[in-house]
Amino acid sequence: MTRLVGTGLELAYDRRVVAEQLDLAIPDRSFTVIVGPNACGKTTLLRALARLLKPRSGGVYLDGSLITSRPSKEVARELGLLPQSSIAPDGITVADLVARGRFPHQRLLRQWSRDDERAVAEALAATRVADLADRIVDELSGGQRQRVWLAMALAQQTPILLLDEPTTFLDIAHQVEVLDLCAQLHADGRTLVAVLHDLNQACRYATHLVAMRDGAIVAQGPPAEIVGEELVERVFGLPCRVVEDPEAGTPLVVPRR
Amino acid sequence: MTTLALRTPSDRISLRVPRRATAVCAGLLVVTFAVAVVGLTTGDYPLPLGDVLATLVGRGDPASTFIVETLRAPRVLTGVFVGAAFGVAGAIFQSVSRNPLGSPDIVGFTTGSATGALIVILALGEAAGPVGLGAVCGGVVSALAVYLLSVRNGVQGARLVLVGIGIAAMLESVNAYLITRATREDAFAAAHWLVGSLNGRGWEHVWPVAAVLVLAVPLALALARPLALLEMGDDAARALGVRVERSRAAVIFLAVALTAVATASAGPVAFVALAAPQLARRLTRSATPGLLPAGLMGALLLAASDLAAQRLLDADLPVGVLTGALGGIYLGWLLFTGRSRA
Amino acid sequence: MRTFAVGIGVLALVALLSLAVGTKGIAPGEVVRSLFHDDGSDAAAVVRDVRVPRLLIGLAVGVALGLAGALMQALTRNPLADPGLLGIDAGAAAAIVIAIAALHLADPAEYVWFSFAGAAAASIVVYLLGSGGRAGATPVRLALAGTTVAAALTAFTSGVTLLDPLAFNDFRFWAVGALGGRDLSVLVTIGPFLAAGAAIALVLARPLNAIALGDDAGRALGAAIGRTRALGALAVTLLCGGATAVAGPIAFVGLTVPHAARAIAGPDQRRVLAYSAVFAPILLISADVVGRVVVRPSELEVGIVTALIGAPVFIALVRHRRIAQL
Repeated sequence: MTRLVGTGLELAYDRRVVAEQLDLAIPDRSFTVIVGPNACGKTTLLRALARLLKPRSGGVYLDGSLITSRPSKEVARELGLLPQSSIAPDGITVADLVARGRFPHQRLLRQWSRDDERAVAEALAATRVADLADRIVDELSGGQRQRVWLAMALAQQTPILLLDEPTTFLDIAHQVEVLDLCAQLHADGRTLVAVLHDLNQACRYATHLVAMRDGAIVAQGPPAEIVGEELVERVFGLPCRVVEDPEAGTPLVVPRR
Repeated sequence: MTTLALRTPSDRISLRVPRRATAVCAGLLVVTFAVAVVGLTTGDYPLPLGDVLATLVGRGDPASTFIVETLRAPRVLTGVFVGAAFGVAGAIFQSVSRNPLGSPDIVGFTTGSATGALIVILALGEAAGPVGLGAVCGGVVSALAVYLLSVRNGVQGARLVLVGIGIAAMLESVNAYLITRATREDAFAAAHWLVGSLNGRGWEHVWPVAAVLVLAVPLALALARPLALLEMGDDAARALGVRVERSRAAVIFLAVALTAVATASAGPVAFVALAAPQLARRLTRSATPGLLPAGLMGALLLAASDLAAQRLLDADLPVGVLTGALGGIYLGWLLFTGRSRA
Repeated sequence: MRTFAVGIGVLALVALLSLAVGTKGIAPGEVVRSLFHDDGSDAAAVVRDVRVPRLLIGLAVGVALGLAGALMQALTRNPLADPGLLGIDAGAAAAIVIAIAALHLADPAEYVWFSFAGAAAASIVVYLLGSGGRAGATPVRLALAGTTVAAALTAFTSGVTLLDPLAFNDFRFWAVGALGGRDLSVLVTIGPFLAAGAAIALVLARPLNAIALGDDAGRALGAAIGRTRALGALAVTLLCGGATAVAGPIAFVGLTVPHAARAIAGPDQRRVLAYSAVFAPILLISADVVGRVVVRPSELEVGIVTALIGAPVFIALVRHRRIAQL
């Protein structure tokens, strides 16, 4: 079962074509992770799935209908996105920023319902930034800020969540914390699609891995099934050994000397 | 709690009311009202408040009625409405350009309107109606030019701002040139208009601004939340369901309309659009575009400046001179005492 | 490197053109001859006594404005920044208005010092204002302070000129910005300040690269942030105050030339400064040439032509290139 599907996608920026004839179906309730070398098109693909980028040809479908044909606010209630870089307005507090994530559920006269309050409180608690609620976002550390942006995406309360490199700027402890949180969200029944740059983390957390190179999908499937030395060599150009992660049992890529 | 939530029991209607901003708005309203009252009662012929009130309900004596209804009321009201229009427009431009220096000039409007007005003044001499019209036409033409020149796969915020600045800079020079090519008298009259003035404003100046305010401000307020989300970046806004291009175009259109009618009435009193939103923001300590506080602050700034220009200084100095000085000094003081959080 | 050489070539061409073209057209061959040997002819007189000074002023003012603009945008990390933003043009204007209104000076050579002093005073005030408070002189505060001071000064200038119609009349001609009607002695007096400003600017190029990455990153790279900003402000004052003192306010150049430089040379401040220093005089001198030709026998001041030429070029650049956002 797949709610979110991209078919025959041709993705381009101005004159630069990034991908052609791309097909990707996101399995429901999966934790899909897209990996690949720099400039392989993974972020572009994610943006197309999030309807931020209009494909030159082909289309992205949500629940069978073209995602760009549906009202954007309606889509925003089903699909949330944590973008790679956002700007925190000058002087905004954590609580206010997270509250903005409720926009898709609000209307002119329904600006702050009890559901909104509850959703924000839950999001703050889930990302462990509740005690920072009154602090100003600009004054927080990189790791704290990333958690706040994640809280905003969570407050949107969408069954599908897209994350563009959610672990950037975080130290390893916080990276694991964010990914564990994602795993929890996944266990709660959400469909997650994330672009990660760390292959090992991807193997550890993904239930469905999509490996891309030069704008094409090279392989996709459960990490244990598809990740092997030839794949890593083909996608990243990195000679390696693939062993079993002693903690998680998932593939662990060890670069050869 | 810094915000108050007002809800009907079934949550059908719920509003979020920021406490401090509301208090600031109320305060600004009160002070502006007080300034208006002073404007109506003082002057060359001081009138007691009772007489003014009597005139307003239609039971005053002819002399007072003339002074209040024909001279003072229209001037005070023009000042308040024009100030409000500039304040709201400035807040919108600063939000859209994500730059505290944003102003109607980022779409080349203010300078364009000056060019239009200059052409009319230099060609036809200084008559009230055509100058305002010339200003509006000049402003609209340059804003349109800026828009058309920056459209390329949709309007990218940064491009719009840069093209606007380019057009504005070009028109500045054109204006300076036009002033040198005019006769001494025409140039002087033009310079008078260019600095922004409320001298001799009548009811024909009040109604257009009032009408546009009544139409545009509610629409702008309805767009206030998408506007706030746009400040986070186009991607984040789109991901939350904001129709980015449409919202931005709508909001800029409203801002241009407000600027147009305000400029037609009082000339390009440009510093109000720049300073009012900043001053309001420092008072409300809010992170939102703050359209209402900015509008009220603009109204107060302009009304108070005009009052000061008339009463404190003997010469009939155009109000634009004072808004520049007052706004500048106050903002400077805020910066100096470090209370700002730029 | 090649583009830079082309730039220099274009500048030389434009310079030659400015010597040859005018109310009296002079063949390039004669121009070159007159430069080296004064044979007493009319042509030689025109070239040596009128056009060469004008060209030199154009070069000096152009380089100064280009460098000042690039510095300003790097210092404030704001692509909308322009020397007028530090209140410099407004300060110069206010001081000149005082000179004209109170002291009845009318000759540029006389009020040149006022212009300079006004520009310097304004930028000092702006810098003090922008560095108040615990945050220090952040780009935003500096830019805001500049706009504030500029607005206040403009209000003052308007006030004075509207109260004194005679002063207004003299002032409005200064306000356009022109290269003609100035004696070379003006350049000789102000020249050292321009040179000092340019020297400081070039020395600051490296630290500015570090600052462009953000205050923290810059400090990590060893750039002395506070000192760089202070020196930068000083350089902008010298360059812009001097240029305005010599030629009047020519606002467009400092704003747009750095954008063109960045579009062609990339974000490296050393290259941006170098290209700005070349493009700006090209723009200015071409504008001057056009101004002399287009409404012969009278003249269009350079201030307006610069804008009329520069704006379309700038807009074309904005449309067709991804403007480097610093």
